[in-house]
Amino acid sequence: MNTADTAHSEGPSAFAQAAELELRGVSKRYAGQREPAIRDLSFTVPAGDVCVLVGPSGSGKTTTMRLINRMISIDGGDILLGGRSVLEREPRELRREIGYVIQQIGLFPHLSVAENIATVPSLLGWPKERTRARVRELIELIDLDPVEMDDRYPAQLSGGQRQRVGVARALAADPPLMLMDEPFGAIDPINRVRLQDEFLRLQDKVKKTVVFVTHDIDEAIKMGDRIAILREGGVLAQYDTPREILTHPADDFVAQFVGADRGLKRLALTTLAELELLEPDRPAADAAANGALSLPRDTSVRDAVSLMLTANGEPVRVLDGEGHVEGLVTLAVVEHLLADEAAAPPAPAADGSSPQIEPSSQGAR
Amino acid sequence: MGLDSPALAEHVVAAAEPVIPNYGAQSSSCVVHNHLFCTDWVSHNWGPVLWPALRGHILLALVAVSIGFVISLGLALVAHRYGWLERPTMIVTTILYTIPSLALFELLVAPVGPNVYSAEIALVSYTLLILFRNILTGLRSVPDEVLDAAEGMGMSRRQALLRVELPLALPSIIAGLRIAVVTIIALATIVYTIYNEGLGVPIHTALGEGPFKTELIVAGGLAILLALVADALLVLVQRLLTPWTRARAA
Repeated sequence: MNTADTAHSEGPSAFAQAAELELRGVSKRYAGQREPAIRDLSFTVPAGDVCVLVGPSGSGKTTTMRLINRMISIDGGDILLGGRSVLEREPRELRREIGYVIQQIGLFPHLSVAENIATVPSLLGWPKERTRARVRELIELIDLDPVEMDDRYPAQLSGGQRQRVGVARALAADPPLMLMDEPFGAIDPINRVRLQDEFLRLQDKVKKTVVFVTHDIDEAIKMGDRIAILREGGVLAQYDTPREILTHPADDFVAQFVGADRGLKRLALTTLAELELLEPDRPAADAAANGALSLPRDTSVRDAVSLMLTANGEPVRVLDGEGHVEGLVTLAVVEHLLADEAAAPPAPAADGSSPQIEPSSQGAR
Repeated sequence: MGLDSPALAEHVVAAAEPVIPNYGAQSSSCVVHNHLFCTDWVSHNWGPVLWPALRGHILLALVAVSIGFVISLGLALVAHRYGWLERPTMIVTTILYTIPSLALFELLVAPVGPNVYSAEIALVSYTLLILFRNILTGLRSVPDEVLDAAEGMGMSRRQALLRVELPLALPSIIAGLRIAVVTIIALATIVYTIYNEGLGVPIHTALGEGPFKTELIVAGGLAILLALVADALLVLVQRLLTPWTRARAA
């Protein structure tokens, strides 16, 4: 099968490829319904980016996701994966090339963990040895024990482990695109944070193009390189980086959806290293000795503000990797940052990670 | 044999003549005295009477359950895909199931004849309700998210059926087979009324043997034993085929 060629080798190099995903004026109306579920939806996810689809219920997030792998048929427009229309593809072959993770996971209860992960490789007819090596690699990647997982059934795993196996199963054939429908929605809050962090670390290694559906704006901000906010009726309200959405919401709907605390959320996205720090007020050596407030430079501004507020507004020393004082941050510095960002025109994100940004309000009306 | 108690037998029919003319001359004293259970009678008659009856019984049941299973599986697969088929199938199989077995046997003799075919048709018709319902229940018990995952990963309907739905339906299917097998082994004892086959034949003969109970006990006992062994075998098959059902959080 030709799709087997998309991933040949083991090891990190096998994860290199990811494909750009482009939606062009996609629309969908379910039979028997007057209003369309998706209206003229257009956006592009650059290869290797995580795009989060977020919105209230009835905004068509899951529909959009399922249009991409053709589990729901497209009524109008086109979807291109790696420059090729998904409409030209045989649906089953297409789906084997797209990782698929759902909230309820849907592991096969009658198959061992290893057999579950081997599902798509076996559909693709990979040789046994290759499948075995790949399964082993993935089980190690999600920090489980390959020997144990050979004969463990899903019922013997914890909820978090099952979700990790679900992700590993989706990654098995090294797909250029992953679809994840509220993958952590059914997990308790503490484990959800752990799984989110773990997925971000994993994504750092595998660099897939990911379409991630959630109704939780905080999760969207945390997971997304880009966020597509949908409103009821499947209309794109804004497509942008989390920072731009928080700083320049396209309209009232978006502003309301991201929440009144969007200032704080934005601070959570910014680290102390990105601030214009004040000169240290005293020689570096004293700082730690004095018991003055200090934080490493990769701390989020939000945490720093929280610390300053509990310490009655006392400034915080920012430490570099070696523990030297790099500068000083005060509440006034943070206020400046917020004012500057709000005043700046909608523009590429400060971290420069998104060179080909779309106009922020594309498709908003 | 503990049952072979002279005291008890003598109390029942003291010094009776052997009641089975065939065995009169060479009969053991156990048979002559109509003891409750005569092992020597069993060993003498195993080859000519009991084994052929047991073998015939096994065949009757095996063929009936196999054909019933194939028909039920086909119907269940179609009903699983096209929901409307469920109700008519349920109605027909339930009606078949409620027909008194003796009546059904006699009803079939007129069009089919007093032969193995009418026997099997009757037995098969009693398996359908049980098997159809259990297979369909098993197929429907597969969780939606499991099917969604199967489809989303690129399985065809056929692959999903063979790799996911049927394996997951196995516990329910085997549960149905167990009930069907035990039911049919019991029912096959009355096949003798239209066709000279199965353990019903020696049981029927034994009913005419008055105080001599050995044949009744051994033939009836074989039918019970056969049902128990068949059920145990199916339990074993289930354990081998569905190891995941016993896997629980360690």
